Amino acid sequence: MGYFENILLALNSLRTNKLRAILTLLGIVIGVFSIIAIMTLLNALQAGIDTGLSQLGSNTFQIQKFPAIQFGPGNSKLRNRPDITYDEGVRLKERATVYKYMSLEFYEFAKTFKYESESTNPNFTIGGVIPDFLPCNDFSIQEGRFFTETEVFSASPVCVIGLETVDKLFKNINPIGKQILLDGRQFTIIGIYASKGAGFGQTQDNYAFVPITRFLQAWGSREKSCNIAIQAPSKETYNECQENVISVFRVIRKVKPGEADNFEIYSNESLMGTVNSFTQYFKYGAGVISFISLLAAGVGIMNIMLVSVTERTKEIGIRKAIGAKNVVILRQFLIEAVTLCLIGGIIGIVLGIAVGNAVGIFLNSPVVIPYDWVLIGLVVCSAVGIGFGMYPAYKAAQLNPIDALRYE
Amino acid sequence: METVIELKNIYKTYVMGSEDLTVLKGVDVTIHMNEYVAIMGPSGSGKSTLMNIIGCLDTPTSGDYILRGQNVSEMDDQELAEVRNKDIGFVFQTFNLLARIDALRNVELPLVYSGMGKEERLEKAENALINVGLEDRMTHKPNELSGGQRQRVAIARALVNNPAIILADEPTGNLDTRTGEEIMALFETLHENGNTIILVTHEEDIAKHAHRIIKIRDGEIESDMINPSKVKKTAVPVE
Ligand SMILES: Nc1ncnc2c1ncn2[C@@H]1O[C@H](COP(=O)(O)OP(=O)(O)OP(=O)(O)O)[C@@H](O)[C@H]1O
Ligand SMILES: [Mg+2]
Repeated sequence: MGYFENILLALNSLRTNKLRAILTLLGIVIGVFSIIAIMTLLNALQAGIDTGLSQLGSNTFQIQKFPAIQFGPGNSKLRNRPDITYDEGVRLKERATVYKYMSLEFYEFAKTFKYESESTNPNFTIGGVIPDFLPCNDFSIQEGRFFTETEVFSASPVCVIGLETVDKLFKNINPIGKQILLDGRQFTIIGIYASKGAGFGQTQDNYAFVPITRFLQAWGSREKSCNIAIQAPSKETYNECQENVISVFRVIRKVKPGEADNFEIYSNESLMGTVNSFTQYFKYGAGVISFISLLAAGVGIMNIMLVSVTERTKEIGIRKAIGAKNVVILRQFLIEAVTLCLIGGIIGIVLGIAVGNAVGIFLNSPVVIPYDWVLIGLVVCSAVGIGFGMYPAYKAAQLNPIDALRYE
Repeated sequence: METVIELKNIYKTYVMGSEDLTVLKGVDVTIHMNEYVAIMGPSGSGKSTLMNIIGCLDTPTSGDYILRGQNVSEMDDQELAEVRNKDIGFVFQTFNLLARIDALRNVELPLVYSGMGKEERLEKAENALINVGLEDRMTHKPNELSGGQRQRVAIARALVNNPAIILADEPTGNLDTRTGEEIMALFETLHENGNTIILVTHEEDIAKHAHRIIKIRDGEIESDMINPSKVKKTAVPVE
């Protein structure tokens, strides 16, 4: 008997017991759904992080007070780290010898920008930076110009805005030369930076950059730590650059020899590593959930197949009486079990990809299909079907024809 | 005349808890090609048990069963399935049709298991149903057919693979007299076409169609004789 007919037969027998089949399927669906949803989401986030990170300049690393992502409560040593001051940044810039660009940055988050009667939502960001900011962060100017070292020196009230700000405040108006209120302080717009697109869940088009000196005058440095981005001269000198900067900065920060750094260095690679170890937990979690639910589902499948074999003992007897070989009966019930599992698996995969991507889109990540996990899901479902369907199928195949026929 | 079935000292014992129940006690029967045999006997005498052994649905506890020169006791499951599929057509008192598929599919099934291609299979199944007069009931499911029609479907299924031997265990047991006679006429034709037929029955009226009548009592052969009313047609030697 062909596989196709066996599958039709299986579908037919599932149709006659719809509710039972659905309940059994549920376990498989949940098992596959959880792993596929998590994997889809993680792949989507990964893709988002990858594009987000590649938007940083190449050969660039950063110095911050705290690690980018922390697990658990930070220890007191970490908490007591002194802020990185503008002064320390300036001194590092003077004394470090191996680097190409070094950007010093302070940020004020959750601010409102105003132009005449228009105003933005209070979720815009003001960055106090220096001209090296552009190459270090791979930003570029779309219109007008960025401010100069001279303007930094003189703490000029000038700013460079992004496209979201233009969109919100300057519909059909050329913003260059206009006066804008950043958190209530007046600045002259001298340029617009090009869109960076959405990286890892948030747009970068809602910033306004002002000279760092002006920033500190306006918003102060209390409770703020300077963010330093350094670009190495080349790929080859990247490590040398990092070593040089660290050793100079340790002296500036008065770290005694043998003591640990009281600042954090991170790069694309280290950030990726942190993110990866973070996502690892989700993967293990999803793996455990799927494993447990697939195991439970497998037992469910086995149960339903045993019931099915018992219910259809007479049918098996008839089939054997007219010449069905054991292997044919075995195959019939195995295909039934596998079909059941695969239907559940496919539903789980579709739902998992849909939900995973829905959450991903919500976080501004691209749509992905984790083909490897889809394949693994299908293989595991078939394996569950075969594994747990084997015993009932074997039981059916071994029935003595006359006993099966007599079964009431 | 060629020997088709040879039963030698067949015993069948069921183990019932501590007691053993011996249902067949040393049955010896030889049946030749194109014989038409009726097996009669009181209820519980072991007729069905014997038929199931002949039909390779059951195995004897001891004794030899030689089917067309092959010792059945030495066959494995696979070979037995093949014998049931190709050499023997079994007609049951309770029809034993698959309820969820229509008449044509039921009749087609033995051919599916013998590995025949789809078109040939359907053609043969249709012909078998036409031969039993059911050309207009092919797409009916068993529960959409009368008892007599169901039995005819079962006969068509038994015949579809052209088996040399037809076994029927009380084929008319569930049918009224008139329908029973129609079914018996079918067997008559089959016999004329050269098939070997063995049927179990309670009814003298049915048994009189056969050319040889074997009577069983308590698991033993009580008598084995030529049907006097048919004796002119055949001259079968009986040991
Ligand atoms: N699986 C079994 N286990 C135990 N005893 C059985 C089994 N099958 C049949 N028997 C016994 O074997 C005896 C013969 O049964 P069988 O079905 O062969 O009788 P029969 O001659 O066909 O009777 P009937 O005319 O009523 O159909 C009966 O007494 C029955 O109780
Ligand atoms: Mg009986």
